[in-house]
Amino acid sequence: MKLDQATIAQLAEHLENCELKARDTPKITDEHSAMDWDDAYAIQDEIRRRKIARGSRVAGLKAGLTSFAKMKQMGVGTPVFGFLPDYGAVPEGGTITVDELIHPRIEPEIVFVMKHALKGPGCHIGAVLAATDFVMPGLEVIDSRYRDFKFDLKSVIADNTSSARFVVGARIKPAATLDLRTLGVVLEKNGAIVALGAGAAVLGHPATAVAMLANHLGARGEEIPAGAMIFSGGITEAVAAGRGDNITLRIHELGSVACKFV
Amino acid sequence: MDQALVTQLGDELYEALAQRKTVTPLSSRHADITIEDGYHIQQRLIARRLEAGEKVVGKKIGVTSQAVMNMLGVGQPDFGWLLDGMVYNEGESIPMDGLIQPKAEGEIAFVLKRDLLGPGISNADVLAATAGVMACFEIVDSRIENWKIKIQDTVADNASCGVFVLGDRLVDPRDVDLSTCGMILEKNGEIVGTGAGAATMGSPVNAVAWLANTLGRLGIPLKAGEVILSGALAAMVPVVKGDNLRVTIGGIGGCSVRFV
Repeated sequence: MKLDQATIAQLAEHLENCELKARDTPKITDEHSAMDWDDAYAIQDEIRRRKIARGSRVAGLKAGLTSFAKMKQMGVGTPVFGFLPDYGAVPEGGTITVDELIHPRIEPEIVFVMKHALKGPGCHIGAVLAATDFVMPGLEVIDSRYRDFKFDLKSVIADNTSSARFVVGARIKPAATLDLRTLGVVLEKNGAIVALGAGAAVLGHPATAVAMLANHLGARGEEIPAGAMIFSGGITEAVAAGRGDNITLRIHELGSVACKFV
Repeated sequence: MDQALVTQLGDELYEALAQRKTVTPLSSRHADITIEDGYHIQQRLIARRLEAGEKVVGKKIGVTSQAVMNMLGVGQPDFGWLLDGMVYNEGESIPMDGLIQPKAEGEIAFVLKRDLLGPGISNADVLAATAGVMACFEIVDSRIENWKIKIQDTVADNASCGVFVLGDRLVDPRDVDLSTCGMILEKNGEIVGTGAGAATMGSPVNAVAWLANTLGRLGIPLKAGEVILSGALAAMVPVVKGDNLRVTIGGIGGCSVRFV
């Protein structure tokens, strides 16, 4: 840790206010270049503490930066992790208010819901699949609070990995009956296909992202609790969405999920 | 374009293919060349290969993704002919000295059990006439220098077809959602691309119906027993000697190939 408690609290308050008021900010490492990974997660933890103190609940966990291409580009070997606050939930087919966000983007994801708790270190794909209750299709709306998307990884972690809104589909399937690597995803905006991919785009297998999350939490003395919902990471590039856009995601074997930006 | 020039350019492409060399783009030498001219040149090129003893085993559809259509400035796909000399099977090695500047595409191959003669062919007709679908590689190659192709060049050059590799599972199309099935392309153990069936005109079935209707207007059927390559599910990947590639398609199966 390079930052003192007061600075961490101040940065958490600043970033959370940016989120709640839909205001952008220069990346925080501009003024705090000494900040390390522990500081970044400490700021995210403080944002979580603030929300819980205000009566919010954590609705789910998420992995970000899960593609090999992006990790290579950013020079890291593990994804980043964050949480989904309850008020970010949007019902299937529901609306997302653009005025509440800065510059939202959509990511198609495979969502895990856990039957059993998972605690690293040592978690692997098999442990994740054995502990998974079911999977379902999910749309994550990310909204970096950083001006013009100019950020580095530590700034992103502190900003709760750009969490904003999320939508899950109603079709669930036991993970053990699916080949999650070859599940194709088709993302459509206003009826036109805007992105395509397959589950393997996430770390070779989406369950790897969940295993890495369990190992990350384990190193901090925490775990993925039973019942947790986990967004395992974007399968394609994030796609910008604005007022009036209808978004539909179709996933092989998992049906579809949709939302509308108003 | 008059018939003499069509024959001359078709012969030129045939010689380039036979000698594994490239020619300057036809479109740079003949600015007024049309897509229709391209197909006439393609016909001459194929006629030369058939005269030399090859047989037609199917057809291929190209330029099926929106990205490639935009790149080539067209609003529809193109097609070419598959000949018996182009066929490789799961796990076989492809000699590089038979190719010029190859690139690999992961695709879904349709094997027909009944003829399809357009116009008026719907997706229902395509599915009813399909014996099964297979995972496959199309190894595209260009006889045009440095792949500097316009749509007229690639059409004339048999839609840049090189060779193709079929997997070893034939799956009933009624058992697969061909629009959302995912595709993984791996080169030397590393994932180099992922995609889904919808990359080809929204569904590979749409692409086959398009081909049946397009050829139907010329009185040409898709025939029972033919293989139809329905188009790339992700961007093509350059390959060199020593490369080992695998494509895996959800609900269908996989296919591997080595370049030696």
